[in-house]
Amino acid sequence: MTSRIKETFSKVNAQDQTALITYIVSGDPDLDTTLKIMDTMVEEGADIIELGIPFSDPMAEGISIQRGHERALKKGTSLKSALDLVKKFRSTNSITPIVFMGYMNTFESMGAERFMIEAVDVGVDGILIVDMPPEESSSFSEQAKKYDIDIIRLIAPTTSSERAQKISSQSSGYIYYISVKGITGASNIDSDDVKDKVGILRTYTDLPIAIGFGIKDSDSASSVKDVADGIVAGSVFVDLIGQGEDIIEKVASKTKELSKVLQ
Amino acid sequence: MSKELLPDKNGRFGVYGGRYVAETLVPALEELSEQYEFIKKDKNFLKEFRDDLTHYVGRPSPLYFAKRWTELLGGAKIFLKREDLNHTGAHKINNTVGQILLAKHMGKKRIIAETGAGQHGVASATVAARHGLECLVYMGEEDIQRQSLNVFRMKLLGAEVIGVSSGTSTLKDAMNEAMRDWVTNVDDTYYIIGSVAGPHPYPQIVRDFNAVVGEEVLEQSKTEIGQDPDVLVACVGGGSNAMGLFYPFIENKNVRLIGVEAGGLGLSSGKHAAPLNDGKEGVLHGMRTYLMQDDSGQITETHSVSAGLDYPGVGPEHAWLKDIGRAEYVTADDEEALEAFKELTRIEGIMPALETAHGIAHVKKIAPSMSKEQSIVVNVSGRGDKDINTVADIEGIEL
Repeated sequence: MTSRIKETFSKVNAQDQTALITYIVSGDPDLDTTLKIMDTMVEEGADIIELGIPFSDPMAEGISIQRGHERALKKGTSLKSALDLVKKFRSTNSITPIVFMGYMNTFESMGAERFMIEAVDVGVDGILIVDMPPEESSSFSEQAKKYDIDIIRLIAPTTSSERAQKISSQSSGYIYYISVKGITGASNIDSDDVKDKVGILRTYTDLPIAIGFGIKDSDSASSVKDVADGIVAGSVFVDLIGQGEDIIEKVASKTKELSKVLQ
Repeated sequence: MSKELLPDKNGRFGVYGGRYVAETLVPALEELSEQYEFIKKDKNFLKEFRDDLTHYVGRPSPLYFAKRWTELLGGAKIFLKREDLNHTGAHKINNTVGQILLAKHMGKKRIIAETGAGQHGVASATVAARHGLECLVYMGEEDIQRQSLNVFRMKLLGAEVIGVSSGTSTLKDAMNEAMRDWVTNVDDTYYIIGSVAGPHPYPQIVRDFNAVVGEEVLEQSKTEIGQDPDVLVACVGGGSNAMGLFYPFIENKNVRLIGVEAGGLGLSSGKHAAPLNDGKEGVLHGMRTYLMQDDSGQITETHSVSAGLDYPGVGPEHAWLKDIGRAEYVTADDEEALEAFKELTRIEGIMPALETAHGIAHVKKIAPSMSKEQSIVVNVSGRGDKDINTVADIEGIEL
């Protein structure tokens, strides 16, 4: 079976577009709403959905996404309930790739193999564990390979060429290039630097490259879209969700806006 | 087991430790490891560090025979390692004196730190003031309330204290926030971690800079006790004062090593901060170690009367020492710690920090059943002035 992620990038690339990857936190503000948000995002042009798995100590997140994690945890959301959510989503959508993005401890608490078995079963396509650099990922890498789940890895502006090469060789699905030194929702994106670094990255890998961490609006999205295969937008959506009113309408219009920029 | 070899090149103590951080920080930690490996063999650095410990910190700290307390408990001879007499009043200064030299060697202009009880924040602000560097200290809002004296000290020293209101508003959240700052300002900022915790190489660096405590005890025991002590006791939050005391004794198996965690309202209540006694393996703050967590892998809220022990994790070397059976880890609850705080104050005229009081409480439990020929060294990791508001509060006294 060709992976959904691969299929999606082939399709987007063939149309000379950039994929829109949207991030939201599972269970924020509650699981039913998250499901509606996912469907809405797909309708309005999202190509891949990154589902944040809430954690009590999300070290790499800015304040917007931290609050999202807190809201989801208040409702008792766990990795298990995120898997159930994907099962529901898949009953009406068998195309859009789903990537779980979270922190080591929640995944490890379930166990690498048990997680992979359930992930395959419900239709999760990839995982991105923020605090799991290649050096610390042996059991997850092994299990992911065995169950055909993509391991998406981060490459940062601080990553050396040598290291970037090594990380690329241990990645699958796509590479997530962090566009800023900082946390999610940062606002200091330097599009020239991103272009240079991604250009170098291309010489090491044929995997699609997605850019994230500093993309919050059409301007920042369009500033880097030409060098990327995908753009990740997260904090902007989690902020809208945090406002608590007319969530679906707001998410729909923001998705549409970003999707239009990327076409 | 050779202590010289640990951590291994991957920053591991057995399965514990490691470097579980987002990619942006990996290169920074690799650089820190490299620079530290270089500097720790550099004669000029070692001389400067030792001179600072002597003339600025006031080392060596005495190994004091607590005669009246020994008589009261009626068993083993009790010796107090007086880290409370250090400049700034705790063992924390040993580490910051070392790390600030490392920061300067690396050309960093800006210092950040996390703090719980405020002792590490004060120690960081102190060395930053002395070296003329900018200093920001992250501190949980709850801790800012209960350690207001130390907050004011940090401000007087020129540091900016930033309140953290995410999560549980305590030490672990301060550490999250300091990590977020570091990842954003990694080019010009040095993060002084205050305990033997966090990603490699911090557990090693903080241990090595605090090992002077155990090295002095090793020497002082020869003259003050006439032999090695039988038991070493220290409180354990992240575990830096305990690791500093234990480290030079790890291979000397005749010496029992006992770490005392915060039992809070009692282990069975679940409201404590004792991951080595009632936690399980996991990953937090860049390290694999024992953690207080629920069945879904969420870090759970901790409780302790002492802000400095109110932390859901513990240094990875302690996790390893526990697993291999080299050190024992027990608990003292809030009430026992308060009682010990009062007892030492009244009988020896030495007011320990509430953190330290957990170690004192355990000595009360074991000394009476030991023989008079035996000896215990307990690390008085800090002085208790900072805690008088907390104690008065509990007693219902308005100051």
